[in-house]
Amino acid sequence: MSKVRDGWNPYVLGGLAGLLSVWSTYYTGKYFGASTTFVRVAGLAEETVIPERAASLEYLVKNAVKLDWQGMFLVGIFLGVLLSAALFGEFKFQAVPDMWKRHFGESAVSRGLVAFLGGAVAMFGARLADGCPSGHGLSGTLQLAASGFIALICFFVGGAIVARMIYGGGGDGS
Amino acid sequence: MDLDQIIIHLKEILVSLEGIANAVDLELRFGLVTGLVFGVLLQRAKVIRYDKQLAALRFQDFTILKFMMSTIIVGMIGTYFLYDQGLVKLSIKPTILGGTVVGGLLFGVGWALLGYCPGTSVGALGEGRTDAFWGILGAIAGAALYAEMFPYLKDTLLKMYDYGKITLPMLLGVNHWIVIAGVTAIFILSFMWMEKKGL
Repeated sequence: MSKVRDGWNPYVLGGLAGLLSVWSTYYTGKYFGASTTFVRVAGLAEETVIPERAASLEYLVKNAVKLDWQGMFLVGIFLGVLLSAALFGEFKFQAVPDMWKRHFGESAVSRGLVAFLGGAVAMFGARLADGCPSGHGLSGTLQLAASGFIALICFFVGGAIVARMIYGGGGDGS
Repeated sequence: MDLDQIIIHLKEILVSLEGIANAVDLELRFGLVTGLVFGVLLQRAKVIRYDKQLAALRFQDFTILKFMMSTIIVGMIGTYFLYDQGLVKLSIKPTILGGTVVGGLLFGVGWALLGYCPGTSVGALGEGRTDAFWGILGAIAGAALYAEMFPYLKDTLLKMYDYGKITLPMLLGVNHWIVIAGVTAIFILSFMWMEKKGL
């Protein structure tokens, strides 16, 4: 099994992310999270195109359109990754990931369709669960919330089952 | 009330409005800086990749778990240390098994198809991974669909097995430091196992 292990030490980086979370909570009271922002963006889109419908949906009204801490957190992640990737020469346009290419070919269309479907199912699930790997997986667990640990386990169980269905069993590592 | 008093009141209102604007502005800046640093850390760990996320789900490479579990260890200790001093508030999400379990499993299904989670999909775009763009569009569509179905879900799944805002220390009936010590020990043992297996 050949694996590329060229990232920096994940224990150190993860530990630093833990310090960052504590720092953030201390100064602003904010815990990491990402998925609520997608609801606000959906709300913004609906308010622009179908305002009456948007105003009639309780969930969109409850999560009103605004640029808040979490929205800026996501903008920051985008910029931070862009900066770091550019600095270390790792920015590269790629429409089809390597592992996908080896199994399903070069088509950016089929990869795009599955990515869209995956994004839709994942976000539906994240809203139903009331959090994603940031809100539940990191912020929930580090506060010892029962929901955080249950959600994190379910994320991996659901993911492992489907990954096995997509790529089959056996650890050929490709 | 004479004119002078009204002007004084107006000035007071303006000053307090300015205070609110600055506070909101400051909060946004903190969000940006926090995300920026988090983005750099994720990028350096090279976990913002479909291949890495699928490798974790296929039990081939646990870099993501090592990152997340390290964040949790440091985060637990730091957050509860500050909590004991009364310096931070907790923000516990309720455990509603109907929503948490079904939603969690569904999230996993979508995650394996997309290969990025909501936070890392935005990061993946920053690395030039354009498939993440379709994932983000899908996620927005998924959020819109959820908003459509919320009226039905809130009276069904979201009412099933609702235990409220419970934590592990509450469930186990012990002090939070005992749970933190236990979780940390389990995580460190898992790290040793992962390193031994070369995962």
